[in-house]
Parts: sequence; C-alpha cells; structure tokens
Amino acid sequence: MKTGTLKQILLITDGCSNQGEDPIAMAALAKEQGITVNVIGVMEHDIIDEKGMNEIEGIAMSGGGVSQVVYAKQLSQTVQMVTRKAMTQTLQGVVNRELQQILGGNKKVEDLPPDQRGEVMEVVDELGETVELEVLILVDMSASMKEKLPTVKEALLDLSLSLNARSGDNHFSVFVFPARRKEVEKVLDWTPNLGSLTSIFGKLTTGGITPTGPAIREALTYFKKKRSLRSLFSRDDESFFEESV
Amino acid sequence: MMMNHSLKNQFNVKPGTLIEGKWHHNQYKIIKELGFGANGIVYLAQFRNQTVALKMSDNGMSVTSEVNVLKSFAKVQGSALGPSLLDVDDWQQRGGQISFYVMEYIQGPDLLTFIQQNGQVWTEVLILQLLNDLHTLHKNGWVFGDLKPDNLIVTGPPARIRCIDVGGTTIQGRAIKEFTEFFDRGYWGLGSRKADPSYDLFAVAMILINISYPKRFNKTSGDLKQLEAMIKGKDELKKYESTLLQALKGNFSSAKEMRTTMLQFNQPQPDHKTRDPKRRQTQTRQSNKSVSRQTYTKKKKKRGLFETALIFIIISLLYMFYIYGQLT
Repeated sequence: MKTGTLKQILLITDGCSNQGEDPIAMAALAKEQGITVNVIGVMEHDIIDEKGMNEIEGIAMSGGGVSQVVYAKQLSQTVQMVTRKAMTQTLQGVVNRELQQILGGNKKVEDLPPDQRGEVMEVVDELGETVELEVLILVDMSASMKEKLPTVKEALLDLSLSLNARSGDNHFSVFVFPARRKEVEKVLDWTPNLGSLTSIFGKLTTGGITPTGPAIREALTYFKKKRSLRSLFSRDDESFFEESV
Repeated sequence: MMMNHSLKNQFNVKPGTLIEGKWHHNQYKIIKELGFGANGIVYLAQFRNQTVALKMSDNGMSVTSEVNVLKSFAKVQGSALGPSLLDVDDWQQRGGQISFYVMEYIQGPDLLTFIQQNGQVWTEVLILQLLNDLHTLHKNGWVFGDLKPDNLIVTGPPARIRCIDVGGTTIQGRAIKEFTEFFDRGYWGLGSRKADPSYDLFAVAMILINISYPKRFNKTSGDLKQLEAMIKGKDELKKYESTLLQALKGNFSSAKEMRTTMLQFNQPQPDHKTRDPKRRQTQTRQSNKSVSRQTYTKKKKKRGLFETALIFIIISLLYMFYIYGQLT
C-alpha cells in the first residue's frame, strides 16, 4: 500500500467560539478536504459549560476526528493520545475502504473473523509508524487561556517527542487565534520539531474574542500553500488520503 | 478520565450475564468487574470449571492489537510475563457488536500492595524476576512499554511477578504505543519514546523509586538531578543507587546487564566498623596464599636437591664399580 500524508488540525481551546462562521461547519469543510480536526478542551477546576462541551464534540465529529476534555494537568498525555488515536482512526478508514474494494459490499474489518482481523491490524500499525504526518496546531488565545499557556507549551513539546519516535516524517506548525488585528496568526511555520516553541510562547499575548470558525477556515489554506510549494520540488506528492476521504 | 467513565456506563455488564461468542460460541458467565483502563474493562468470568479474565472494549482494534501481542508472546518459550490467551471473539447485543478476548486469570496483589504487606526484602527478588522476563521479551524483539506497579501482579506462593496489561507492548524500533508519565523517560527529558530495551529498564528504575515513594512525585526540574536527589532521600534506595542511575541514563544495553549489576552492587553496604575486619580478612587471606606459595617452591627446591644428590651418588657408585672392575 502506498503511504501518503495524514493531515490533522489540532484545536486546543477552553470554551465557546463567539465570532464568525460556525466552527462545526468549518470542521466539516476541513474533512471534505481530507483534513481531520481534533479538539482538546482544557478545563479549569470542574467548570465546563454544556454549550462549550457540545461545540467541542461537534467540531471533532464533523471534522472526522477525536475530542477530549481534560484538566490542564493531564494535557500532555491527552494531546499525544488524541493525535495517535485520530491517526489510527483515519488509517483504519483507509484500510476499510481498501477492504471493501477487495471483498465487495459493505464489509468492514469488524466483519472479519478475529484471526484475519489481527493481520489487518498489523497493517494499520505499520502504516501508523511510517506514514507522513502534518499537524497544524491551533491554539485559543482568549483571555481565559493565559494561565494555561505554559501547560499547552509543555504538551506540544511532548507531542513532538512522541511523534518523532516514529519512523515516518512529521511536520508541525503552530497558529494562534485571535491575533492583533487578525483572526489567526502563524507563530511557527512547518517544522519537524517543536523545540523552538519555547521562545515563541513567552512573547504571545492573550485576550479578546474567540473566532474558532474563521481560524479553522484560515488554517485550511496553509495546508494548500504548503502543498503547492512542495509540488514545485516533487510531483509525485499526491496523497491518496486526500482522494479517498 | 472522562472517556473511561463513559465507556464504563456504556457496557455496564452485570454479574451473572452470559456472554456468548459470535464465532466460537463459547459461553462466559460474568462474576465481577476486575478493573478498567483506557482501553477497556476486564471482568472475572466463569468458563466451564475455570475462572478466567475477560477483557472488553468498544474499540475493536485495540482488542485486536492486544491479541496480536499475546499471540506472539505465546510463541516465546518460557515467557511468563503476560497472561496466556484463551479465546478471541465478538459479543452481539442490543447496542451492537463488542469485541472481547479471554485470558488466564492472574490472581494476586499488585506489586506495591505486595511489598507493603510482605516487606521490602521482596523488592530485590521481584525486580530480579522482572528483569529476567524482560530479557526474554527483548530478545524476541519486543519492548513492554507501559511498565508500572499497577500492571504488575505478584502471584504465588511461591511469589512470582506477572504482567497483566500488554496494551503498551511495542515492536522494537517503533514509537511506544502507551505509557504512563512517571515511568516514561521522555517525560523526564531523559530519552526518546522509541521502543528499545533501555526504555523498559528506565521504567524498572522508576518502579524501584515508586516502591520507596508510593505516592510518586511531580516533575520539578524534571531531569536526572531531581531523580538523583529522590534516590538519595531514601535509605533503602542507596544500595541500588549505582544501578538506578545507570538505568536512568540508559547505560544498560540489556536487562541481563542491569540484573548482573544489581546483583553485584546489592551486597549489604557495610559501614566503616564492619568494613575494617573484612579488609583485614582479605589481607590475611592474601598473605596465607603467598605463604603457601613460598613453601611450595621451597619444597620443590628441596626435592630438586635430593634428586641431584641421588643421581650423584648413583653415578659415583657406578664409577666406583667401574674403577674396581678395571683394577681387578
């Protein structure tokens, strides 16, 4: 099986969007373009309102991704787990479609006898280890996130540690919203390592509105930009995930 | 955390429930819940005349993944680390299909409880057993990954350490599938999350530390210095200090090497008063040795002299006979 590129948006937020397009619709738009949207809700104490909860689950569901609400303390472990889980989920989807082509009908991995399922799982494991991964991290910078930023930074460094243990390539980029006079701002361009994040995060300012929807829409274009730039160098870069999703 | 709760509610399999497999048609009667984790719930169940452990998950792929690991463990001769696999199947019920697998029920307290009940003397024995098992596992191309006291059960008597959760077990060279921060070298900034034997050995060192600090502790500086200070803070850890530091630094290439080092350094550390006679003893032993060697050489010399004299006498006797013969 040819290995393509997995594309994910990882949204880290602590509450409701309050400006611009519906983030759930924007997540659906991302999915249409073969980009998975995962959401992590960062809780403080025990407070998370139902509206925020619904939005977090809604974004992940329509974005074909995984969502999880956690206390700031558990963020590191959650960020890497959510990313891995979403990867496996996407790869499973790809393998399922391949199976349907081979077996015909609506057969899924779950319909195979347990023994054969094991072999399919080995393929998914192998792909998860070697596939190229692009993660665009979108961090909510509204005022209430201020004290959680150091924890977010830790969690992202930890994520790059986890993913770089794989043999496949990783590309990370970090965007924050809202930015000064803009809805979203790039703070770190595509890089295989998030180490440089430490110096950047200190300078960031928080405050203002939460335009989650516009931020997702904007983030989508950066995947394309990178794609077109890269295609100058290599033409066989077409990703099969894009086609099949 | 939240996910676990929702998972728990979703199943809610009551004691007495009969679970029948879709493929193999074996029937299991649920006795009680044994525990639940990120990947599913484990129940104690009755199958014919034996009690077994049955693990269920709403994520069929994680069941399959763990089954793959247990199956390859079964091929490893003499490995007792994980439970043995008995059955894999699906259970069809109202909500849909739930994957499960059945394994040997490993009964006993977890590592920390066992040591609290039976004393620190057991620490060494059990860690040595664990290192032996890990060595076998590593030789067969695996790394355990999520090694921690909660996943280690002490069965017996005779006391034997066993592992109950293979969810983190990873093929060497790949990224560790599952880990717990306190036991993860990446969390402490002391290495990568690539599966190699020294990843597990780091966790073993942290298990030893955890035994002395049952409540664990938080990362402050999060480096070797913090861990070193924690080791120095407990008397019972001092005798392992050298072994622990080497394991934390990733200096051991195999579990066997760590085991040997642990055995070597693990002699009870004598204080100055007791060390002196020991030194004297070795000295006298040395002088004894040299004395015996000297007498041996002396004896050898004496015997040489005797031989020369004997030969001299015989030759002179023969010569005397010869002269005597010439004269007559």
